[in-house]
Order: sequence, then C-alpha cells, then structure tokens
Amino acid sequence: MSDPDLSAADAAQLSPTTEAWPVRAALIALTIVVVAVLLVVPLLVVFVQALGLGIGAALSTFRDADAVAAIGLTLLVAAVAVPCNMIFGIAAAWAIAKYRFPGRAFLITLIDLPFSVSPVVAGLVYVLLLGPFTPIGAWLLEDYGVRVIFAVPGVVLATIFVTFPFVARELIPLMQDQGTGDEEAAISLGASGWQTFWYVTLPNVKWALLYGVLLCNARAMGEFGAVAVISGKLRGETVTMPLQIELYYQEFRAMAQVSAFSLAAVLAGLALVTLAIKSWLEWRYADQLAATRAGH
Amino acid sequence: MARIRFRQPSILPGFGLTFGFTIFYLSLIVLIPILGLFVKTFELDWASFERIVTGPRFLAALRLSFGASLLAALFNVVIGTLIAWVLVRYRFFARRFVDAIIDLPFALPTAVAGIALTSLYVPQGWFGRLFAPYGITIAYTPVGIWIALVFIGLPFVVRTVQPVLEDFNREVEEAAATLGAPRRTTIARVILPPLLPAILTGFSLSFARAVGEYGSVIFIAGNIPRQTEILPLLIVFRLEEREYAAAAAIATVMLLVSFLILLAVNLIQTWSTRRFGHV
Repeated sequence: MSDPDLSAADAAQLSPTTEAWPVRAALIALTIVVVAVLLVVPLLVVFVQALGLGIGAALSTFRDADAVAAIGLTLLVAAVAVPCNMIFGIAAAWAIAKYRFPGRAFLITLIDLPFSVSPVVAGLVYVLLLGPFTPIGAWLLEDYGVRVIFAVPGVVLATIFVTFPFVARELIPLMQDQGTGDEEAAISLGASGWQTFWYVTLPNVKWALLYGVLLCNARAMGEFGAVAVISGKLRGETVTMPLQIELYYQEFRAMAQVSAFSLAAVLAGLALVTLAIKSWLEWRYADQLAATRAGH
Repeated sequence: MARIRFRQPSILPGFGLTFGFTIFYLSLIVLIPILGLFVKTFELDWASFERIVTGPRFLAALRLSFGASLLAALFNVVIGTLIAWVLVRYRFFARRFVDAIIDLPFALPTAVAGIALTSLYVPQGWFGRLFAPYGITIAYTPVGIWIALVFIGLPFVVRTVQPVLEDFNREVEEAAATLGAPRRTTIARVILPPLLPAILTGFSLSFARAVGEYGSVIFIAGNIPRQTEILPLLIVFRLEEREYAAAAAIATVMLLVSFLILLAVNLIQTWSTRRFGHV
C-alpha cells in the first residue's frame, strides 16, 4: 500500500512547474467559454441571420444593383490601396533595414502612426485637406473637375491611410534580422541593384510580404469608419461593402436585414480565409516571418 | 570631400530612391493631412475651443469613450493574460483552433462585428434573451459598448503576452519550486514580474484601439445623446453639420491622447528592455 502523502509528492515531482489538474481544467474551460461566447458565436450569428429567410433570399442580395456596385467598389479600392502600400512597404523596409542612419526608430514610429489614429479621424483629415470648401479641393474641382471627397478617390485615399503600415511593419524587423550580407555578396559578384533585389532580397522575405499583404487586404476590404466619413454614402457610387451593410441594416425591412447579413457573411468568409492562410503561414514558415508579432 | 555623412557608407544601391520615396509617401498620405488637422484646429480662437471641449455633450462622450475603453482594457488584461497562459502552457483539444480564432477581431470588418454583436445582445437576440427577463438590457446601453470594445481589444493583450510567455525560461520556475516556493508564490513573484511590461503594452494597445473604435460600436451603442454617444461619433455629427473646426478640435484632443498612449508604450518598452532584456 502506498503512502498517500508520498504519491501526492510523486505527482508534484512530475511537474513542479505546472498547476494542479483542477486548476488547469478550469482555466482551459474558461478559455473555451470566453472564446466561444466572445468570438465564435458572433461569427456564427452572421451566417444564421443571413440564412434567416432561406438561402434563396440570401442569394437574391447579390442581384441587387447596390450590392453589386458595392462589391465592385470594394474590389477596386483594395486593388489600388494594397499595391500602393506594398510598394511603399518594400521601399521603406529597404531604406530602414539595409542602411544605418540616425532617426530610424523615429521613422518606424511615424510609419506606425496610422494604427493609433481613430478611423474617423483618418477620414476627417482628408475631408479637411481636400474637401470642396478647402483651397486644394476647390482648385482640383474647378480646374480639373476632380472630386476627391464624397467620391471614389477619397475612399481610396482613406483606405490607403488606414492600411498604411501593414506591409512595412512585417518587412522591417525581418529584413533587419537578415542583415545585408546576402545583398553585399550579390553586388560584389556583379549583380545590379534590381537583380539583387529580385533574386536575393525578395525570395528571402516573400512569406513575410505575403503575410503583410494578406492583413493589408483584409483591412482594406473591411474598413468602415474612415470610409464612412469620406464617402458621402452615395448609393451605387461611393458605397463599399461595409457601408452597404450599414445602409441595408438601417432599413429595418426583414429582407434588407437578410441582405445586410448576407453581405456581412461574404466579408466574414473573407476574414475566415485570411485567418486560415495567416495561421498556415505562421505554422509553416514561422522562421521566415518576423520574430516578434505584437498587436496591430 | 570631407563632409559629415547622414548615413553610414554602404555598397548597396538604392538608398536615395527608397528613402526619398518613403519620406515622400509618408508625408503625402500621413504627415501633411495630420498637420492640416492641427492647422484647422488653430483657426479656432481659444474661447471657442474651450466652449467645444467643455460642452456637456462633449464631456459626456469623453467620459463614456474613456470610461468604457478603460473597463474593456482592464477586462482584456485579465482574460487575455489567462488565455495567453492557457495557449502557451497547456495542451488541449482545439488549442490550435482557439489560437487561430483569437485574431478574428483583427480580420473581421468592424461593421460586421457591429451588426453581429447587436443582433446577439438585443432583447430578442440569443444572449439578450437570457437577460431580458431580469430587466437587463445590454444593446443600446454602455454595457453593449463595453462588450464591443472587449471584442476588438482582446487579441492585443493575448498577442503581446503570448510570445514573452513562450520565451520564458522554465528553469527559473523549477528553481523556485526546488527552493520550496508554492506554485502561487512562483506565479506571483517569479512569472508575473517579467510579464508585466508585455501586459502593460497589451493594455495600452487595447485601450488606444478602443478609444478610437467606431464601426463595431455605433451599431450596438444606440447613439443616444449624452448617454451612449462615443467621441468618434461626435466627430461624424460635427462633420455632417459642416462644423469643420469643431470636428477638428475633437479630433485633435483624441490624437493628443493617442500620442500620449504611444509615448507610454515606447517608455514601457525602453524600461523593459533595460530591466529584463526583452520587450
């Protein structure tokens, strides 16, 4: 017969750096409940509400001209904003990570700035700078007939602002870790600058670049606050998918509710795909992504 | 040519092009527009600025935005640290799924989160129904706003605490256990102190995001003046009324607060690097 005190001591010996099993079980249960209530159920309810009047009603959303125009505009905005910020991210990472000059840390802080600005303020700064009542806005409108605010260019600009740091902040830490040895070797062997970038640098950072572009795209397609301020919400013209969701949602007809949640389900599906690719990248290429990953 | 160099010499080409483009694009998209906001605010004389930032509607929105954000960030610090702990230390069914889904608030558009949370917490909703018999309403009250802010802030804490916990040296804990420390003493005196900078950073990020949040809040807030009106919404109203200077003044106050938070995060990280050798 074993001594109960001794076996208890044995169990403790096995894992002196973990908690007793009831504590572990309680914490795991708490985590699962919190994640289910706070994250999974809200995701689920989008799909349930979309299918509330049957799948036919949900699908009829995508025959509505407003919804189709909103989807088109969202794709257009992402197609402009994401490449712009991708090129910027690569250029900024090259300048900051491959050279040593004073003020690099400050420059990184400035690049991260859009993350700490409220989306509504992001929209507001462009309205104040380029609105039709401002000198620049009036000049663009009268001399060139270009309307920026309450028009598509403004929607694109606001989206570029809120997604500004995504690519740069993935590339900079990684390229700083990688140093300049590979590039210096390529240049010494006679490669041109572009060849060095294309054949040496880019393959080294491709997964981190994809990671940044993925997050940038998700935010670009889902941005609400900044775009809401700047778009003027002209149906079929300056309304993106998130704004169209709001317009449907405010109609309070049962069918409009279904339409709101059907469009929302498309964006939720996009978010799920983004999360899946992101998790896969983190799992498969953890060593080739930046070492630290703080919040966005 | 003997001159002081801006940057250290390098054989890599392209500094002028990439640095120039970086500064140009940064100025065009971010710096000049934000500067324009400050200029617009300075068009106001002090008396009108004071009138805007001491008006009862502004003060009510300020209290609500910062109060709800503070409570949400505090909740997220506790729950987020626990979740990070469970994800790093325990192996259980669906751990990878939980780990992946934590980032949902980053990936899910805020408007989608907003209508989803609202439909859950209205009195007829899946969760609202549980509270309605007791006369508790959640949607269209500050509690609803708090729930939305908890939703969008949670991943910030988990994702800042998690990597630090992963790198944590288990031998230190073993040493504490060997020296006879009970588990809770080890946690309180050995594990938590080095985690503190990450927890504070997570708190600041979660709080900063909550103060500026718009999309996920306005649907569930109900937007009743002086009761459930948040600061960003007030900016939207001033814009719609073409009160541009007033909108700029509110935005300037919000921006200054986010700069202070950013500064606090940087100070925490500098301190933490000196004290613990990591961020």
